[in-house]
Amino acid sequence: MPRSLPKTDVVIVGMGAAGGVAALPLTNAGLKVVGLEAGGWLNPRDFAPDELRNNNRNWPQTIQKAASEAPTVRANPSETAVQGGHPMMNAVGGTSMHYWAQSWRLNPWDFKVVSSTLSRYGRGRIPEDSTVEDWPISYEDLEPFYDKVEYAVGVSGRAGNVQGVMNSAGNIFEGQRRREYPMQPLRSSPFTDLMSSAAAKMKWHPFQGPAAITTEVYDGRPPCQYHGFCNKGGCHVQAKSSTAFSTIPKAIDTGNLDLVTFARVTEIRTDVSGKVTGVEYLKGNEVFFQPAHVVLIASYAYENVRLLLLSKSSAFPNGLANNSDQVGKHYMSHHQGSPVAALFPEDLHNWYGLPAQGVAIDDWADDNFDHSELDFIGGANLWVHTDRKPIGAAKMNTFGEAPSWGKDWKAFIARNADRSNTSYIQKTTLPYLNNYLDLDPSVKDSIGLPVTRITARYRENELRIAAFAQDKMEEWYRAAGATHVLRFGLGNAMGATTHAYGGTRMGDNPDTNVADRWGFCHEAPNLGILGASLMGTSGSRNPTLTVQALAWRTAEHLANNWRSRAV
Amino acid sequence: MGIVKGAAFTYLAILSNCANRDHRLKNSNKNNSSQPFPADPSRRTLLKGAGLAGAVAVSASSAGVVVATENQLRGNNFPSALEALETLTAAEAEVLEAICDCLIPSDESGPGAKEARAAHYIDRSLASHNRDSRAHYLQSLMAINEQSQKSYGANFEQVARDKQLTLIQALQNDQIPGCSPSSRGFFALVRDHTIDGTFCDPYYGGNRDFVGWDMLQYPGIRLSASETDVRQGSALSPNHQSAYDNATYTKMATNTVKGRGGNQNA
Repeated sequence: MPRSLPKTDVVIVGMGAAGGVAALPLTNAGLKVVGLEAGGWLNPRDFAPDELRNNNRNWPQTIQKAASEAPTVRANPSETAVQGGHPMMNAVGGTSMHYWAQSWRLNPWDFKVVSSTLSRYGRGRIPEDSTVEDWPISYEDLEPFYDKVEYAVGVSGRAGNVQGVMNSAGNIFEGQRRREYPMQPLRSSPFTDLMSSAAAKMKWHPFQGPAAITTEVYDGRPPCQYHGFCNKGGCHVQAKSSTAFSTIPKAIDTGNLDLVTFARVTEIRTDVSGKVTGVEYLKGNEVFFQPAHVVLIASYAYENVRLLLLSKSSAFPNGLANNSDQVGKHYMSHHQGSPVAALFPEDLHNWYGLPAQGVAIDDWADDNFDHSELDFIGGANLWVHTDRKPIGAAKMNTFGEAPSWGKDWKAFIARNADRSNTSYIQKTTLPYLNNYLDLDPSVKDSIGLPVTRITARYRENELRIAAFAQDKMEEWYRAAGATHVLRFGLGNAMGATTHAYGGTRMGDNPDTNVADRWGFCHEAPNLGILGASLMGTSGSRNPTLTVQALAWRTAEHLANNWRSRAV
Repeated sequence: MGIVKGAAFTYLAILSNCANRDHRLKNSNKNNSSQPFPADPSRRTLLKGAGLAGAVAVSASSAGVVVATENQLRGNNFPSALEALETLTAAEAEVLEAICDCLIPSDESGPGAKEARAAHYIDRSLASHNRDSRAHYLQSLMAINEQSQKSYGANFEQVARDKQLTLIQALQNDQIPGCSPSSRGFFALVRDHTIDGTFCDPYYGGNRDFVGWDMLQYPGIRLSASETDVRQGSALSPNHQSAYDNATYTKMATNTVKGRGGNQNA
């Protein structure tokens, strides 16, 4: 029998990028919160500038709970899914410890893909097998929460549109914001300057992207030191605004957050009426039951779905909140592959710097350009950035100019180690019929529970965006003086990714959505969901800030409506 | 290098130097008392210790045992005598050493995988992070040797360089039978590990004396990089530091930042 603990107001499953944000408005409102985290605390001592350990050996993910529950992947329902790696990590702060920290707001179009497409281009432009819907909320609804998170965690950047006043140093395609970012953007570099001036010559609109990284002393944390090594690691000076260093310590300071580390949640319990009563978790060798008035799950898209499907009861025989068979549906792996790489005739000066120190082009993203004569909707954000490390440099593509080993190869990499760059192109990705998550029928995690299975592949719309974006990216590199340009494949199966969307989609229609417009389950109103599993479209940029804004909004809604939501 | 010269003499040289070697190890630790636990006792500090002692050092080479002079040691292009074979057999190590030397050769442009001690890195890594690859090495190194015997009548490390290169090309072309996971698969694996061993932080036993980083003109790890540093790029003078030369990242660190709020009692 599990040891039953005293009942709390709210239990949050996962103290990462989403749960770590939600804890702050809840505890500030005086609610008692238990935060269950599968990992432990990491600190700056853990973040050595060690490429082999961080990037090649994936420390610390390899030893964690997540490693044993990596999803299996297949492109089509007729195939057997194969297990790969897990892109996320377990720790206080979760993947906000080692993410690139690019902190974008979605474009207003991303919230209204269906209605915007119908009104601008007419019927027939939404892919036939897509299950895409408009979000139940608009950019304007989320704007106040984007703002709160940008200031609470600390995001640097340059606004392109403050209350209608445009600034071409920022993103002129962004939605209107109430005020400037709390900090100026990360500095430019010789390489980003080169790419910016090439883009400007083509009449494109380059700008430095936003990052949850400090550029001045902020909230007692020092500014970024630009040494690099944060693309697979945390920050040695806490300049990266992980929730572990920003919102979570503040929530602990309220005295209302009880943070339990190394707690592995295995089931959410419900009563016969379908109300959620609490969660069961394993810590060490002991099983605990944590009763709560409200449960918020914030364990990443794959685990959110898995936890619901594993939590079967008489009220929910097919998994919690799944009586409409929508858990796991509308899944998307963000199409962020299919890059373009370039070789330049001169050194790029990229030995120091970080992935968030880059320059973006939004001219070909979302609906920022006319699609009348094109055969797809949506688009891509083009991104180039600094950050080069020796092992990565030695493993560079040789652009057909050298073999892959031996004397000539050695001469090639010695000459070109700092002359190559690979772009990062994030593309609009849509949900489709037959792209879904469920439980794998045979692969189990380290305690015998089935892992998540991804059945999904990119469709024509994504592949056409990828080809279009590669054209634009090649044009940009050539304009900047690249002598060689390489394009990678357009994509097929949707693999496990750091940008996983859907599976517990948010929408007003309970027949096609798991969660309501506030992030609470239609079928279990005292169960809330935090994370990108709520999102019905991907946007063409990193999801974390949107996830955090949604989490803040759900938490604030809960605090303001405690009597009607709590059981 | 790599030719046996008077095997009986060198064997005696090894025996007579064994005691000295232990002595040097202790001394080198004592001389570096500000760093109580050198990141890797077989790397630079030890070579410096050996040089100061003016001793003759002994080294395993591809075809047997040779004597290295102090001058060779100072040239930093000679394998250390103090590299244990942690997982590989001596015979396997000789084949691997020669493969690494083909992949990233030492040539007139400078040192390669041999001087970086990529094979030593691989041997160590097969006991830890790369342990799942150990069986691939067992099977494939044997298969490569068998192919070498069949084609040229001698072990891989003993045949001439052009023949070695032909065999590596065959390995990449998926033409050497008996390899694991396959001929091409093992080529990719050993290439990957050789690069890791040549360009990793020296803590891991490769990139000895930073020869890999110097090859790429990588100026080294800096905990803070100014705009001026960045603009200098590869012209910035290399600082030749391991991440673990900085006590912050070692087990003995004193500037501990304590995690907050972890409830260890559930």
